[in-house]
Amino acid sequence: MNKEHLYKYILGIADNSLILGQRLGELCGHGPNLETDIAGTNISLDLFGQSRSYYQYAAKLIGNGATEDSIAMLRNEREYINVLLVEQPNTDFAYTMARQFLFDVYHLLMLQELQKSHDVTLAAIANKSIKEVSYHLRFSSDWVKRLGDGTEESHQKMQDAIDGLWTYTDELFHQTDADKAMVAEGAGVDVKELKDSYYSKVTKVLAEATLETPESKWFQKGGKNGVHTEHLGYLLSDLQYMQRTFPNMEW
Amino acid sequence: MKKNWPLWEVFVRSKNGLEHRHFGSLHAADADMALENARDVYTRRNEGVSIWVVESKDITASNPEHNGELFEPAQDKVYRHPTFYDLPDEVKYM
Repeated sequence: MNKEHLYKYILGIADNSLILGQRLGELCGHGPNLETDIAGTNISLDLFGQSRSYYQYAAKLIGNGATEDSIAMLRNEREYINVLLVEQPNTDFAYTMARQFLFDVYHLLMLQELQKSHDVTLAAIANKSIKEVSYHLRFSSDWVKRLGDGTEESHQKMQDAIDGLWTYTDELFHQTDADKAMVAEGAGVDVKELKDSYYSKVTKVLAEATLETPESKWFQKGGKNGVHTEHLGYLLSDLQYMQRTFPNMEW
Repeated sequence: MKKNWPLWEVFVRSKNGLEHRHFGSLHAADADMALENARDVYTRRNEGVSIWVVESKDITASNPEHNGELFEPAQDKVYRHPTFYDLPDEVKYM
């Protein structure tokens, strides 16, 4: 298998978890109440844990003194290949939960396929992550329904969040060159195949939440090629501050 | 948040075979949310295999002001404890 493709493939998955984990981590101590705050931070820690497993694998693969930290913390913005969806800001709690939900549905579908990968390390990480992500999806779906089917104000806020984030959903199913190579090897997930299932699952929850499924067919893309929205740079400056200021620091 | 969510009491069974023990309380809008919050607040370090939640207002508690009449009469009745037997050495853990 082409090492470069495998490396890129691992990063594509790992970066989604890292960046979404960092976004949720920003809310640590700022949740709407104590219980929700802890729940959000738990999900964040799950995602960081998953990204560590992927980065450790990636570091072993490229060798040359690379570590999970150097890969996670010391790349430039254009070298991160997470989808645009996960870097979107915590505009309000409805946005935070809608972003989580729109990612969780994809994340679970993807991991269920990745479990079957011929690459045993990826299959093992996927297998371990599935239980965590099943809970994330349960938690975020609940909140989409609660707010959607709540008061007039909460309904409007959740609808705004779904409408605002909808444009970032299609990118989840774009295939990169690394994707194609990995699918050909039986080691990667064919994300195109997940699309129908994704939108039907999302639509079902939105209907339960009395929300409209957006009809817009205009979608943003670029994250998978390292072309990001203006939000990622600010996120990275927070994320990377310690390693850039005190190189190689540990605690 | 103008109105606080109601308070719930959380009981966790830490191992199969043990009884549920009171772990603490938390706020939640309804029973489902209380279970999820309990999972996140009280069992994230592998503490449990089962959770019960019950809304605090549904618990009837004894009034501390009545402690005198409720509990003190038992204090001078040592004969209600089976402590006046000579136990054979073979009987352990009594």
